[in-house]
Amino acid sequence: MILDGKCPTGPIEKTWDKHRFDLKLVNPANKRKYNIIVVGTGLAGGAAATSLGELGYNVQAFCYQDSPRRAHSIAAQRGINAAKNYPSDGDSILRLMYDTIKGGDFRAREADVWRLAQVSNNIIDQCVAQGVPFGRDYAGYLDNRSFGGAQVSRTFYSRGETGQQLLLGAYSALSRQIKLGSVKMYNRREMLDLVVVDGVARGITCRNLITGEIESYAADAVCLCTGGYVNVFYLSTNAKGCSVTATWKAAKKGAFFANPCYTQIHPTCIPQAGEYQSKLTLMSESLRNDGRIWVPKKKEDVNKRPEQIPEEDRDYYLERKYPSFGNLAPRDISSRSAKEQCDEGRGVGPGGRGVYLDYAESIQRLSEKIICERYGHLFEMYERITDDNAYKTPMRIYPAPHYSMGGLWVDYNLMSNIPGLFVLGEANFSVHGANRLGASALMQGLSDGYFVIPYTIGGYLATVKPSGTKTDHAEFKKSAEEVNATNKKLLSINGKRTVTEFHRDLGKIMWNNVGMARSKESLTEAIQQIPKLREEFWKNVKVTGTGAELNQQLENAGRVADFLEFGELMARDSLHREESCGGHFRVEHQLPDGEAKRNDADFSYVGAWEFKGLDKEPELHKEPLKFETIHLAVRSYK
Amino acid sequence: MSDHKTMTLTLIVWRQKNANDSGKFETYTAKDITEHHSFLEMLDVVNEDLINAGKEPIVFDHDCREGICGMCSQVVNGMPHGGQERTTLCQLHMRKFKDGDTIYIEPWRARAFPIVKDLVVDRSALDTIIQAGGYTSCHTGGVPDANTIMIPKPIAEEATDAAECIGCGACVAGCPNSAAMLFTGAKVSQLALLPQGRPEAAQRVTNMLQAMKDCGFGNCTNHYECQAACPKGIDVKFIARMNREYLKALFA
Ligand SMILES: Cc1cc2nc3c(=O)[nH]c(=O)nc-3n(C[C@H](O)[C@H](O)[C@H](O)COP(=O)(O)OP(=O)(O)OC[C@H]3O[C@@H](n4cnc5c(N)ncnc54)[C@H](O)[C@@H]3O)c2cc1C
Ligand code: SF4
Ligand code: FES
Repeated sequence: MILDGKCPTGPIEKTWDKHRFDLKLVNPANKRKYNIIVVGTGLAGGAAATSLGELGYNVQAFCYQDSPRRAHSIAAQRGINAAKNYPSDGDSILRLMYDTIKGGDFRAREADVWRLAQVSNNIIDQCVAQGVPFGRDYAGYLDNRSFGGAQVSRTFYSRGETGQQLLLGAYSALSRQIKLGSVKMYNRREMLDLVVVDGVARGITCRNLITGEIESYAADAVCLCTGGYVNVFYLSTNAKGCSVTATWKAAKKGAFFANPCYTQIHPTCIPQAGEYQSKLTLMSESLRNDGRIWVPKKKEDVNKRPEQIPEEDRDYYLERKYPSFGNLAPRDISSRSAKEQCDEGRGVGPGGRGVYLDYAESIQRLSEKIICERYGHLFEMYERITDDNAYKTPMRIYPAPHYSMGGLWVDYNLMSNIPGLFVLGEANFSVHGANRLGASALMQGLSDGYFVIPYTIGGYLATVKPSGTKTDHAEFKKSAEEVNATNKKLLSINGKRTVTEFHRDLGKIMWNNVGMARSKESLTEAIQQIPKLREEFWKNVKVTGTGAELNQQLENAGRVADFLEFGELMARDSLHREESCGGHFRVEHQLPDGEAKRNDADFSYVGAWEFKGLDKEPELHKEPLKFETIHLAVRSYK
Repeated sequence: MSDHKTMTLTLIVWRQKNANDSGKFETYTAKDITEHHSFLEMLDVVNEDLINAGKEPIVFDHDCREGICGMCSQVVNGMPHGGQERTTLCQLHMRKFKDGDTIYIEPWRARAFPIVKDLVVDRSALDTIIQAGGYTSCHTGGVPDANTIMIPKPIAEEATDAAECIGCGACVAGCPNSAAMLFTGAKVSQLALLPQGRPEAAQRVTNMLQAMKDCGFGNCTNHYECQAACPKGIDVKFIARMNREYLKALFA
């Protein structure tokens, strides 16, 4: 099937305005008759639930944590982009769009990216009005900094905790709607299924994580804002509870999963210290603004203290390979380069999996005080984890899975191929193409939630009759029974290995075969290994306790079970995409200098997969990508 | 930086099946722990052993494991988050302990935080306080350009200091009266400092303090244990600022 993104046509600058005008409106008096389910209260879900509640819809919002304030958006550190051009350094909506399309290696839709860039400015206004304390200059105006993949300063920030402040802004606005009664909040609920009635999304099945009860909720539309799936690698920068469960369950009910192979490996994370490690910690990318990345030129030097290695024996490989972007080269390029250095035996630290990020020069140039003002929090965090003082000795960093560009397929209205199912934020595939630039995920989450869905969902609801919130349809019952049966099964296996052991094993398969560099061989290997591991899981996993209580192992077992299915799709998507682009690097497809080699003639499309059953191959649907405003070009950061 | 030494520790952990159970301490051994394990990773190791032995693992709240979501919440040796300055429990590393140590682990204890299971408590009272007024009543869209109102840098910085609260509740757990003054004071102050929050300042402080009382939190008697417990270093001066805001509201 050829998919239609239903993008507006005509001059790009007019597309969103025209589309908004063309969308049908729901009569204000009728809005309260419509029920909307919002799953997830991160930036995307928090902003959506708030704005929809305020418009007058009846909103039910869900999250698995004990409070909507704890979604993983909270962990974003360094910033959010907007095309305000406050520093007058040449920025514009068009340039932000251009950077995003190019950064994504020409694998995103132009119209969606234009809209994102256009509403980016409203986001900053909105957050300031909410009392989000952005960094300011001495005159009292908002301050900006630059970020990887851009040559202008367009990033707004709040110390090293931008995500926290933006999320708390959305959370406080959401709290106001909860108090007003327009949003009903369900904490500690995990969505375990999507309920589809006659081909239309009609509700969800959840587990109440405290009582263990399986609950049904009905609505006229369901918005999934459930975040990304890189915990498929086990070790990642995501929170422990992040999973693919909500989107994968929707995929199994017919929603197409787009570009699952596009995952982002972030270059600046603290390297793994041991097998027991439960997650990886990101050190903000902004560190690359003042830090210089290097490895020893000579393999014999890798075990020396960095201070003992003289200047001429250091290889500042990013500066050498990408003179104009240097240490600020985009994430995929920086990560891959680090891996190359380590593969060649010049990596430092445990297992030779690390490169230095050195502040000595900028401390000399700017003073320790200024570096402390800029990165004090991060240096502190680094020291807490590694016991090393980065003012005195270079940090060690290594790439780690961080973000998923792929996600459920949506059209321009953020609606999936299942009518009534909308997908927002990291959970959808829409704007980042094959690679996301820094500080643009926060922008997307808030754009989708505050400024897109309030319009586009109205366009849909205006065409359907309010259905009430009845959960007595047979589909709800069937879904609840299925969820119950799966949980019972997980509890009854009583095998020999824990859920975490299986998750670790899957993570290794994914990291080694579907990680930073992929090949036909490695992907075929993964496609063979994953089903075997899945089979073993269902025979040999051990989950103690019962289903009728708070049972974190059971929660985890369900998530890992879904990753064990989804991982295979990721490998299949990677295998089918015979090109390298952004975060998807196939070793067979590279330029003589090791750069990614895109294949626009054959792969300039969104690959959206339809689930056909576990023992069957998924079916690929394509949405061709057209580039009319930004011309297809080889991405160069030299 | 080497992993050659491992530790063996004795853990004395609060176990409670559910809200109605009376609960008791149980003793466990944590083996093969290195200085690089985080505290929660140490508990992971113990839990894997428990599962393998067919027993129920210790249930505790956690998510980001990088000190920002506010989910982790345990009292370790009598100190919320384990007592390392400006550090959440998930960021506490085992190099702070030595081989042979005995460690007591308990949940947050406060009337307003009923225990759910083992080390997990119900902190929804903190959400209730925010719902009472911890926001500006702006609408989505229809707000002025972000640079219309300038904010002096020192004010913006002070508001950010207050805004760093992660809502973990350690201040309540550390307070002899189980007051939520530091938590509430931080939000009231953040918004009172900023011009965007001024119009509703009086109503906000009144409503939030009322909600705090209604939720069953205690009163402040100036022990400052909250500041000592706070992993984000929220300053008790924000309690003083809230009190001033409250007085202003009373006499306005
Ligand atoms: C460490 C780190 C640093 C980052 N820094 C930056 C940065 O500086 N700039 C930037 O632009 N981006 C950054 N990002 C990326 C960005 O933070 C995320 O992409 C973005 O916040 C995702 O927002 P979201 O609303 O889509 O999802 P999330 O914030 O992940 O929210 C997901 C929500 O869904 C809920 N949920 C999930 N599954 C279920 C289920 N089955 N049932 C019920 N509820 C469910 C969760 O409870 C949560 O509320 C960073 C990411 C990480 C991990
Ligand atoms: S004030 Fe400190 S201790 Fe209290 S909730 Fe906030 S961060 Fe936690
Ligand atoms: S787990 Fe998030 S703060 Fe500790």
